[in-house]
Amino acid sequence: MTTATATAGARPGGARPAPRLLRRLPLHLVIVLLMVVWLIPTIGLLVNSFRPPEALTQSGWWTAIFSPSQFTLDNYAHVLAQSDISAGFVNSLFISIPATVIPIMVAAFAAYAFAWMSFPGRDLLFIAVVGLLVVPLQSTFIPILQLFGPKGVNIAGSFLAVWLAHTGYGLPFAIFLLRNFMGELPREVFESAAIDGASPVTAFFRLALPMTVPAIAALAIFQFLFVWNDLLVALIYLGAQNPDNKPLTIVVSNLVSSLGGGWQYLAAAAFVTMAVPLAVFLGLQRYFVRGIVGGSVKG
Amino acid sequence: MATVTFDHVTKKYGEVVAVDDFTLQIQDGEFMVFVGPSGCGKTTSLRMIAGLEDITTGTLAIGDKVVNDIPPKDRDIAMVFQSYALYPHMSVFDNLAFGLKLRKVDKKEIDRRVKEAAETIQLTNLLQRKPKELSGGQRQRVALGRAIVREPAVFLMDEPLSNLDAKLRVQTRAEIARLHQRLKTTIVYVTHDQVEAMTMGQRIAVMSQAKLQQVGPPQELYDHPANKFVAGFIGSPSMNFLPVELSGSGETAVLRTDGLQIPLPSHYRSAVGAVTGGRFVIGIRPEHLDVAPLSGPSTTVQARADVVEYLGNEELLHVEIAGTDVVAVVSADRRVRPDDVLTVHLPLDKMHLFDAETELNLPRSAA
Repeated sequence: MTTATATAGARPGGARPAPRLLRRLPLHLVIVLLMVVWLIPTIGLLVNSFRPPEALTQSGWWTAIFSPSQFTLDNYAHVLAQSDISAGFVNSLFISIPATVIPIMVAAFAAYAFAWMSFPGRDLLFIAVVGLLVVPLQSTFIPILQLFGPKGVNIAGSFLAVWLAHTGYGLPFAIFLLRNFMGELPREVFESAAIDGASPVTAFFRLALPMTVPAIAALAIFQFLFVWNDLLVALIYLGAQNPDNKPLTIVVSNLVSSLGGGWQYLAAAAFVTMAVPLAVFLGLQRYFVRGIVGGSVKG
Repeated sequence: MATVTFDHVTKKYGEVVAVDDFTLQIQDGEFMVFVGPSGCGKTTSLRMIAGLEDITTGTLAIGDKVVNDIPPKDRDIAMVFQSYALYPHMSVFDNLAFGLKLRKVDKKEIDRRVKEAAETIQLTNLLQRKPKELSGGQRQRVALGRAIVREPAVFLMDEPLSNLDAKLRVQTRAEIARLHQRLKTTIVYVTHDQVEAMTMGQRIAVMSQAKLQQVGPPQELYDHPANKFVAGFIGSPSMNFLPVELSGSGETAVLRTDGLQIPLPSHYRSAVGAVTGGRFVIGIRPEHLDVAPLSGPSTTVQARADVVEYLGNEELLHVEIAGTDVVAVVSADRRVRPDDVLTVHLPLDKMHLFDAETELNLPRSAA
């Protein structure tokens, strides 16, 4: 914009400013450099996932870049041939999707109530929810496992147990994020809806929820990644008790023997498991664009 | 269509009184404007009609139904918000149709009414657009359309023009006035702009500091302001005020201030007697002052032009009279220059006289 005006305007006497691309070159160089540094471990892992185990033990991954002839798909073939992998894949999806949808749905209801409905103790409750953010997950394992165990509701080892656990762990942050987002929505829109005849429930589903899509998309990505990558919670609430329900993370960690053998498979498995989160991110990122609320009110 | 009746309505936020003992009857089909400076309680009053604010004491009726405890959706009103408050993720059509859909209006009927409203506000070819794809003026029209399509008994408008640029504001002002002439629905319109109030309102309610100051047609507020606040608020530029003291009595009574003596206008002779202390404030509208002789009874004063604002057809003169900056609007042919010494003519028949204590306009006698 500035460049266009400057060149078109032809200010007399003023030096012609450098083209935009050139002026921003240093900035771009720094960004590219940072990204490369950031990506080095991942690139190393990717390269190694295509190398035979003997090569792995003899030389660093960077040496392989210059002799691509030694690359092999054996590691991938081995990983994908494991019967556990496909079962784990399905299990992971079966855990991750409900464990993303349930907390976001509950959090959206709660966030709307915290933001737009008045009831006694509202602020105190919200502070309590925010307070839960600092409770370390690990400290809850024993009491919750007791509750889920045979002496409690007896669901340990089932998918329901992990769904509930992830819902509980995800809710405080989800409510916090969504309430703040919903609280920023223009009040007049809800007042206008009330005059138009919308009940709070209608206002929630027809207005608040669609207008909160950017925040929900962001939250969905975070929660999905957290659950998909999770090993600890799955191991605690179902892994140990029920081998049939093992998610991908447990299967992959089992690829390596307890003595550390076979770690070349780990590299390949990592990239196999990466496929889904990548698809989720690319699918949802367009909702991030700011301005979905644009046009509602002046400003 | 319906009347709106405030009966001793008071609104408090904790200890703060936002609207104090407000009593007003708005006629069926009337265009009523609430005007006043910010924080005077005009928007709160409007929101009480809408049902968006509770009423602390008093009763509010729409038609002959007391609506104190009736939720907004059952009041048969539609409101246009200052910020438009459009539904951002819905098309213009859906924005207009939303209220009707919620009321389970027949689909064909919705279609017909939305199309009709869209024609009224000239948005027929934009029905599929989203609000963010519209200009400010178009958004404002969608907000208006959303109110029209409901065919309510009362329209409530909360400063609907304040986000538009000057030209569009004048245009939309006329459109709303035209709309009222066509629909003949009661409109309650809130603004802080006295020009908007004067041009649009059939009656104007002037509010200040939570209290209703005066209600009446524009002409009445202009000619007979009830007090100094209304006198200063209505009219642009504002009325000039000069503090004076009364001396003498009968035909020789004069109003005195620093270096200036003005004979007491005859129509105020009987009223000044009731005021103890003899301290008054003279009010003269800028457009009633002139640098050429006036037709009615008048008095003159010498003054030096300080600043001259040239507006094309007229000039705003700032002159100093008795230590006060006084503004006069005169024809631009007068060609006044800064530092010119002028003879300013003050009309006695159009002069207002306020009690300095109570700030009330003194009653005029027929004589």
